[in-house]
Amino acid sequence: MNASRQDGLNLLWLQSGGCGGCTLSLLNAEQPHLYQQLDQAGIRLLWHPSLSLETGRAVLDLLAACEDGREPLDILCVEGSLLTGPKGTGRFHVLSGTGRPMIDWVRGLAARARHVVAVGTCAAFGGVPAAGDNPTGALGLQYDGDLAGGLLGQGFRAAGGLPVINVAGCPTHPGWVLDTLLALSLDRLAAPDLDPLNRPRLYTDQLVHHGCPRNEYYEFKASAEKPSDQGCLMENLGCKGTQAHADCNTRLWNGSGSCVRGGYACVSCTEPRFEEPGHPFAETPKIAGIPIGLPSDMPKAWFVALAALSKSATPRRVRENAVADHAVVTPAVRKTGLR
Amino acid sequence: MTELILGPFNRVEGDLEVRLTIAEGRVQSARVSSPLYRGFEEILTGKAPGDALVIAPRICGICSVSQSHAAAAALRRLGGLEPPANGRLATCLISACENLADHLTHFYLFFMPDFARPQYRDRAWFDQAERRFRPITGTAMEAVLPARAELMHLMGLMAGRWPHTLSLQPGGSTRPLTAAELLRLLTLLRTFRGFLERHTFGDRLESVSGLDGLEALGRWREGRAGDLARFLDVAEDLGLAGLGRANDHFLSFGAYRSPDGHLFPSGVWDGVPHALDSRLITEDPSHAWMAGDTRAPAQGLTRPAPDRPGAYTWCKAPRYGGGVMETGALARQMVAGHPLIRDLVARSGGSVLARVLSRLLELAIVVPEMERWAQALRPGEPWCRTWQHKAPLPEEGSGAGLVEAARGALGHWLTLRQGRIAAYQIIAPTTWNFSPRDQEGTPGALEQALVGVAVAEDEDTPVAVQHVVRSFDPCMVCTVH
Repeated sequence: MNASRQDGLNLLWLQSGGCGGCTLSLLNAEQPHLYQQLDQAGIRLLWHPSLSLETGRAVLDLLAACEDGREPLDILCVEGSLLTGPKGTGRFHVLSGTGRPMIDWVRGLAARARHVVAVGTCAAFGGVPAAGDNPTGALGLQYDGDLAGGLLGQGFRAAGGLPVINVAGCPTHPGWVLDTLLALSLDRLAAPDLDPLNRPRLYTDQLVHHGCPRNEYYEFKASAEKPSDQGCLMENLGCKGTQAHADCNTRLWNGSGSCVRGGYACVSCTEPRFEEPGHPFAETPKIAGIPIGLPSDMPKAWFVALAALSKSATPRRVRENAVADHAVVTPAVRKTGLR
Repeated sequence: MTELILGPFNRVEGDLEVRLTIAEGRVQSARVSSPLYRGFEEILTGKAPGDALVIAPRICGICSVSQSHAAAAALRRLGGLEPPANGRLATCLISACENLADHLTHFYLFFMPDFARPQYRDRAWFDQAERRFRPITGTAMEAVLPARAELMHLMGLMAGRWPHTLSLQPGGSTRPLTAAELLRLLTLLRTFRGFLERHTFGDRLESVSGLDGLEALGRWREGRAGDLARFLDVAEDLGLAGLGRANDHFLSFGAYRSPDGHLFPSGVWDGVPHALDSRLITEDPSHAWMAGDTRAPAQGLTRPAPDRPGAYTWCKAPRYGGGVMETGALARQMVAGHPLIRDLVARSGGSVLARVLSRLLELAIVVPEMERWAQALRPGEPWCRTWQHKAPLPEEGSGAGLVEAARGALGHWLTLRQGRIAAYQIIAPTTWNFSPRDQEGTPGALEQALVGVAVAEDEDTPVAVQHVVRSFDPCMVCTVH
C-alpha cells in the first residue's frame, strides 16, 4: 500500500442493511458543503451508491479491481448492518448485479482496505435491524451489539493497523463522519483516539447531556410529564442523555437542533444495543420511583440525595414551566440590576 | 433475444436490480428486484405501541419523517386523538421540508447527472448540462448543497434533527416554537424560495405553479434561465414525454392536512377521478420471497420464504381493486387536478418528463403554502395532545396511517393486542411503483414502463432505462423494509 500517493486518499462507500440515513445526513454538512470538505481533505470518492455517476458494469469492474488489489483502497466506508441470514447465507442482501451476498463483498474488500469505517450504529454494532428477534441475523462489522466479533472478527485489523472505526449514531452527524475522514487523511487518528468501543473520541468523550438546554430543569429535577413539555426528559420520558456518549448538544444538528432540543428523549443511538432498551423508548424505567439509569459517573446515593434537595428548592418559574409548552413564568426583571 | 442484468443500480435510495429481456433493440419485458430485506414488520411485532415512533422512521433515511408521520397517524386513528392546530401545521411543515428536500436531491443529485454521460456528448445541450449537473463537481452543487442544508434548518428548529426525529407524535408535535423561532422559520423559508426562484426556475414560484397547460409552459420557457428550462430542453430533444409510460393509473393518499384540510387530496385516477377506498388495497406475495397468499394489509403477513418458486424480489405486489397503481408527485398532481400535469398526461401519458416536472411543480406550489402554514402558527397555544388516564390509548384495536411521502402513497397498518403491537404492515410508495408481477402475471408499474424502451447494441447499462427507473425516484429501502 502506497501511503504517499499524490492524489490523497480514495474512498469506497457501500450500503447494506440500513436505511441510507447516514448518507442523507452527510449531505447536511455545511460551511463548507460535503463535496468541498471531502475535496479539502484530499479524499476522492471512488464510488458512492447515492452520489456517483457509475452504474452497473462500471461499478462491477471497480469493485473487482479493489478486491484484487489493482485499485488501491484507502478507506472503505460501510453503512448499514451486515445481514448474515437466512441461516448464514447472507441472502437477505445479495448485492445487485453480482449474485453475491454483500457480507462476502465486505469481507473481501475489508481485507484490502487501509482503513475500514463503520458509518452508523448499524454497521458498527448491528443497530435497529438487530432489534426484536433479529430476523435477518444483522451484525456490525466488528461488533454484535456490545460483543466484539461481528462480521470481521475481534482480531481484524485493517492494513493501516486500526480495527474498524465505529462512527456510531442513528443516524451519524455529518461532522462525526467528516472529522473522522479528515483525521484519517491527516494521519491524526491512532488507536488512543478511539474509545473502548472503537468510536472516535473526537465526539464520544462527551455526553449528550453536555450543553443540554434543559439543564436548569435537570438541576432542579423539574421534569416533563408529557410530549411538548419543557422540563427535563430524564425522569419520565426515557431520556438517556446523561449516559449517552455524543456531542449532540454542543455540535448541534441541522443548524440549531438535537433530540432533546426537539422535545424528545435521547434514545442513546450511539450506544450498542440502543435498539433494545428493555423498556418502551419514551418511558423511564424506575424502581421505587427512582430511574434505574442514573447519570454516568454518579453514585446512586448522591444522586438520590441531590435530587431530593433540589426538588425541594425548585423555583416556581422552573416548576411551572417544566410542565408547560411555553414559558408561563418568565425570569424576573429586577430593578436593582445584576451584581 | 438477450438478457441484461443491471446492478448495482445507483442514485436510487438503496439497492436495486433490473433484469431485461431485449429483442430488436427494445426491452420486451422487465423484472424489478429489491435485493435487501431487513424485517421491520417482524421487529415491530411485540413492541410497545409508542416504540413504532422510534423504529418506523429508521426504515428509511430519506423518507424518515414520512414513516414517522404514518406511524403516528396509525396510532392516532386507533386511539382517536386530534392534534391541535399548531400540531397539524407543524406536521405539514416538517413533512413538506422532507418532501421538498427529497425532490431537490432527486433532481440535482440522482436524476440530472445522467445527462452528463459521455454518450450524449454530441447533443447541443451537452456541454452546459455536463458542466452543471455532473456528479460531485457540477457547478449546480455549489448552490444546491447549501440550499438543501439550510432548508433542513427547519428540522433543527422544529424536529430536533433529520433524519430520525421523534417529534411527530399522534397528538401533534413535541417542539413548540417561540415567537423568535417563528421569525427564523419565516426567514429560512424565504431563503429557500430565493434559491428556487434564482437557480431552479428563474421566475417567481407563483408564475410556475400557475402554468395551466403545455402552451403556457411553452411560452414560459422561451429564453428562460434556470434549471427547469434546461431540463425542458433536454426532455424535448430526447423525447422524454414519450419515454417510460406505465398504465396511467394513479393513487394518492392525500398530502398536507392542515386545519383547512388536505392541500393535495386523496384519490385515484384511471382516466377519471375516484374517491380513495382503502379497503380495495391488497398485497400479493406470489412473486416475492415471502410465504402466504393475497391479503388486505390489515391481515397481511411477512414471512420470508427465500426459496419460493417463481419469486424474484423481496417486494410483495400491492394492488388496488386488483389493479396496478403508480404513485408519487405525478399521481398527486393528477388526483389534485393540476391543469399543466393533466394536460401533459392527456397528450402523452405518464412519462419521465411528467414525473420530473410534477416534482419541480410541487416545489413551486408547496413553498408558498409553507409560508402560509408558518404564519398560521400560534406560539403560546397548544402543540401536542396526549392520551389521558380517563381516555387512554386502547389496549386492543387496529389503525391505518395513510399519508403521502415525497415518492407517494405510504400506508402503515397496525393492530394492538393486550397493549402490544400484534401486527404491523407497511406499503411504501416504491412498493407500488416497483412491484413485481402479481398472481395474474401482471407486471408492476416500472416493469410496464420499461417495455419498449430502446437499447443500443453496445449498451451494457442502457441509459434510457436508467432515465425511466430514476424518474420514479425510487426508495428501495422503503420498498421492502
